Amino acid sequence: MSKLALIIRREFIAKVRNKSFIVMTFLSPLLFVGIAIFVGYLSQMKADLKTIAIHDETGRFVNEFKSDEEFNYVDFSKIDLKILKDSIVSESYEGLLVIPNDTNNNTLQKKIQYISNDSPGVIFVEGLEDVIAKKITAENFQKVGLDTLKINNAKANIAIHLEKASGETALKGLNEIKIGIGGVFGYLIMMFIIIYGNMVMRSVIEEKTSRIIEVIISSVKPFQLMMGKIIGTSLAGILQFLIWAILGMSAMFILSSVFGVQMGATSGVQTQQAIQMAQKGLGSEIPMYIKELWNLPIATILISFIIYFIGGYFLYSSFYASIGAAVDNETDSQQFLLPIILPLILGVYIGFFTVMNDPHGIIATVFSMIPLTSPIVMMMRIPFGVPLWQILLSITFLFGTFLGVVWFASKIYRVGILMYGKKPTWKELYKWLKY
Amino acid sequence: MSNILEVNKVDKKYGDYTALNQVSLSVPKGSIYGLLGPNGAGKTSLIRIINQITLPDSGEIILDGAILKPDDVMYIGYMPEERGLYKSMKVGEQCLYLAQLKGLSKNDAKIQLNYWFDRLEIQGWWNKKIEELSKGMAQKIQFVVTVLHKPKLLILDEPFSGFDPVNANLIKDEIIELNKQGTSVIFSTHRMESVEEMCDYIALIHKSNKLIEGKLTDVKKQFRTNSYEVGILSENVEGLLHDLSQKFTISPTHFKSLNDELKLEINLGSSTPNELLNILISRGQLTHFMEKIPSVNDIFIKTVTE
Repeated sequence: MSKLALIIRREFIAKVRNKSFIVMTFLSPLLFVGIAIFVGYLSQMKADLKTIAIHDETGRFVNEFKSDEEFNYVDFSKIDLKILKDSIVSESYEGLLVIPNDTNNNTLQKKIQYISNDSPGVIFVEGLEDVIAKKITAENFQKVGLDTLKINNAKANIAIHLEKASGETALKGLNEIKIGIGGVFGYLIMMFIIIYGNMVMRSVIEEKTSRIIEVIISSVKPFQLMMGKIIGTSLAGILQFLIWAILGMSAMFILSSVFGVQMGATSGVQTQQAIQMAQKGLGSEIPMYIKELWNLPIATILISFIIYFIGGYFLYSSFYASIGAAVDNETDSQQFLLPIILPLILGVYIGFFTVMNDPHGIIATVFSMIPLTSPIVMMMRIPFGVPLWQILLSITFLFGTFLGVVWFASKIYRVGILMYGKKPTWKELYKWLKY
Repeated sequence: MSNILEVNKVDKKYGDYTALNQVSLSVPKGSIYGLLGPNGAGKTSLIRIINQITLPDSGEIILDGAILKPDDVMYIGYMPEERGLYKSMKVGEQCLYLAQLKGLSKNDAKIQLNYWFDRLEIQGWWNKKIEELSKGMAQKIQFVVTVLHKPKLLILDEPFSGFDPVNANLIKDEIIELNKQGTSVIFSTHRMESVEEMCDYIALIHKSNKLIEGKLTDVKKQFRTNSYEVGILSENVEGLLHDLSQKFTISPTHFKSLNDELKLEINLGSSTPNELLNILISRGQLTHFMEKIPSVNDIFIKTVTE
């Protein structure tokens, strides 16, 4: 077995045998499922029905307020205002809308009051204002002799028909779906880097804290050691991810068969909603959306996901390895971690803002070439269709940089190892490179 | 006799600091070679260069007749001063791993490992983790790891630190045994009595320069002062001292003896021992006469403080 293979094997076994690895592998999916169930439960809970009292002295508005699942409007116009105000304090209803008696709409507008114990939500207040405004507008139209029906008919409703140069109908909202698909893959890459990059760093520091380092590098080259650690740890990480995927899927399967009835009920609601949407005319486009999704370069997406996943992870873990090589213990590593996280965050932001608006613009293209952001940005661009040469170029950059950084890390390692107990600074790192 | 290792005019600088300045050494095959020097003299830098952990700025290293190359790590066994093993790895696995990294096949590594574990009577440790062992026990494993791949050249940096006297002796015997079987040994230590006891050759490095190198007996000859320890029972001590101080430099000294005699250290200068003997015999009963041979400790201190 070559030395590299030996190192990879040891690193992999050391990681996988670790108790915390085993515990986390089987505990995390449980936690995840638990949270998912909790969130699902919360979103299914209905908000309490709130009663709003309306004291309408004009009698013209009270019927405009329609009770629904959230708000129950009650007509208290005949009850004395003073009593109503007192009962707000005793909280027999949420709030009191007071519309005083004024036949002049212009002056009335400024006299309407809403009284409550807690300050009401903006959307709720806007809803109330909307109802009253509509009524008053309609009355004003009538006063000056305008026909409301005619005005409504005269209003234009524009929906531009989107079409690609190839002649296919383009669909609104498809960009959001595409960015969503790319985003999921991009996020996966980022999460993996953050979770497992640290593992590589700790593994590099391990040799120094256990002081075995001189024995090891009198046997192997630092480059082999770095490479072996990165690959070995990645394999352990990928194994963990696979276990999670399998466990997650089987947990979902078990859950859905246990709670089958309930899930059926919810999907029933969804179907109803779909039918309603269809009635509104949106539904006729659903098959087109599905067709469009099938037209996405699925094979390209999956293959490039695997390549970018590995490349991006390798690149970042070689950065983590460099940090590990430079410091003596984990607490010293903090100052170097921020510059690593920043490009990842930048990648996600560029993905969601720039790529979505202009997937093939200069900014998106450049950042999908730069190795630090390319795994995330390019993954988000690919659903929009990227020329093959761009993908290949960006992958070449990515792996080239990876090898360069591992070399850099091993260079730092050689020097960093031999200096125990000295906290490195950026300036010193630069000096080490020249040794 | 050919040399197992030759260091030719090696320079090493760290920034502005010179760690090694034109250092040359020849380690004869089959010798036990003591590399001496005060702290910070450059010993560890030299050892790391020999182990290819760092590279020299200039100069060359020749191992067994050929210029040192990366694969040569399998011919060298190195025990650094900073000892360490993977704490959470089992003893057996760890030894196999480290031996394989040195280029041994898994089977050969197992055979060797069994041999050493039997020899040091630590067979039961195979499945223990290093963190479960005491420091001395871990040191034994460290020694086994160093010699497992049957290196031609063994480099030991402070090999006895961390051992109790019993185990230190055990390891010393193993080193001597390996040496008898043909392994050349370089060892760097501050324990002069073990240098005295074990080394055939020594070199002394001080402030990045090699100051002394050679066969231990030759070095001692070079440092002999032509001084003798003398014990004599004399009636006329005053007269004897007067006569002696006319010809030689004398000073009182101390050594163990059963008589209550006059004890002197006498530097002969350019005279011969016989001239001294003639005077002594004529003046009283001679009880003790011995050349004062410089110890490695004396040589070390003399060279370093000069």
